[in-house]
Amino acid sequence: MNAAEITFDHVTKRYAGREAAAVDDLSLEIPAGAFCILVGPSGGGKTTALKMVNRLIPFDSGDIRIDGRSIRDLPVVELRREIGYVIQQVGLFPHMTIGENIGTVPRLLGWPKARINTRCIDLLELVGLEASDMKRYPAELSGGQRQRVGLARALAADPPLLLMDEPFGALDPITRFRLQTEMSRLHREVEKTVIFVTHDIDEAIQLGTHIAILREGGVLAQYDTPDAILAHPADDFVAKFIGEDRALRRLALKKLTDVQLEQADGAQEGPRVSIETTVRNAVSLLLDTKADRLLVENDNGEVVGAFRFSDAGALL
Amino acid sequence: MSVIAAGPVIPTFGKGSSCVTGDHTFCWDWVRAHWGDTLGPALWQHVELTAIAVVIGFAIAFPLALLAHRYRRLEQPFGIFSALLYTVPSLALFQLLVPFTGLTWTTVEIALVSYTLVILFPNIVQGLESAPDDVIEAARGMGLTRLQVLTRVELPLAVPAIIGGLRIAVVSTVAIATIAAFLLPTGLGYPIFLALKEPTPFKTEIYSAGALAVALAIGCDGLLVVLRRVLVPWASKGLA
Repeated sequence: MNAAEITFDHVTKRYAGREAAAVDDLSLEIPAGAFCILVGPSGGGKTTALKMVNRLIPFDSGDIRIDGRSIRDLPVVELRREIGYVIQQVGLFPHMTIGENIGTVPRLLGWPKARINTRCIDLLELVGLEASDMKRYPAELSGGQRQRVGLARALAADPPLLLMDEPFGALDPITRFRLQTEMSRLHREVEKTVIFVTHDIDEAIQLGTHIAILREGGVLAQYDTPDAILAHPADDFVAKFIGEDRALRRLALKKLTDVQLEQADGAQEGPRVSIETTVRNAVSLLLDTKADRLLVENDNGEVVGAFRFSDAGALL
Repeated sequence: MSVIAAGPVIPTFGKGSSCVTGDHTFCWDWVRAHWGDTLGPALWQHVELTAIAVVIGFAIAFPLALLAHRYRRLEQPFGIFSALLYTVPSLALFQLLVPFTGLTWTTVEIALVSYTLVILFPNIVQGLESAPDDVIEAARGMGLTRLQVLTRVELPLAVPAIIGGLRIAVVSTVAIATIAAFLLPTGLGYPIFLALKEPTPFKTEIYSAGALAVALAIGCDGLLVVLRRVLVPWASKGLA
């Protein structure tokens, strides 16, 4: 696993001419391999916090460390070449082919051509594109494909840390959902630390292993796992931000595999669900069918238990 | 610099074909007879005038544009200066320079270079600034140095605008260079100048020299269009 541990140590940033801090005394420990979401309303300083990590924005006080080493100790271009960076508008180089775009950082690092080429083919496959797309230009791709290339380009030199600034914010809902799903898979596959900015709490809950909620003035409101934040919002601001349906959101994080299922006693009649279904969807199905229980089946279609409304409550 | 012999027009008037002596609309035989001593050399001189003006103009405009791009504060003064220069009528500019540099090739080139400069400078600056902000941010975020951002991103993306500027500069220089004949017996303007001096302007000479100037402009423009295709393969491949 090639993942870095990131520490924000009392980091503060004020923009000239503005009274309120953009980021105010932010401290975060992001463990290696975490998928950490920075989320909050606009003015919460989440993008500022992200861009301080690769020093696109300088900070006033405090420190940021990658694997214990201050980011100020490295020459800035070296630091950046070791951090993948993905932005909302993607920022592909329009005059370079997809292959040349992806090979940007490896070329800067002086990799031999053959290695860049192989790496490029592997990455295209990883992000769901074809090796033949290498020769195309960004203008020939759709928005979703471009962001896939953006992701491949960020991963090119196998950086231990990936910074993503609202990467799916400009995509249509269907494409966004597809890329979110693949991002989850990708994170499991590549095992990197990811810091991901969004203003969308649903996206935060779906993707994050850790969520940092920032409020206006760049103050950290809460930092925890999605489940813990939904279960115990730190204050009214967080409770409001995550929504009044937070119990349902928590159930969306759990699958029937997490439930202590009741015995079905050989029953075969009644609505059925797969054991891979989320508890939230199972509850919805109970409400929809007006049944008092669902039969839960495994991949082979065998009934392995029954799910009742009270089982959902027991999870919370 | 060989000056075209002062005579080709006047003597030929008397002893040419009936077409020439009658000053008909267009006499191919005159064109054929005087390609070697009048039109051909004039065309070549015109190419020289234009090429030198554009090359020197580019050589000055390019570093100035890089400076203006790097230090944004310089852009406005440069821009105002070049806009003012452009408002001076070309014939006046030639005359203004004569007291300093005389009736010389230098005078002609200084004037022509000024015009190419005025066209090329803003086009190059605009080209350098045409790289979208997100592309620049991505480039910096990936660890390109400032120089690498310039050479690998901003300059390649400026090529279409630079070629666009060159097209305008070349075409207008071809046109303005005909006026150089007021100072020097050179370029395609000179046969026109001489033909106009005849008691009755000699039409064939005016038309043929004029047509050559137009053809030269169109030809140069076409070459630059081809150059753009070669250098900018990415721009033509957009999703329709």
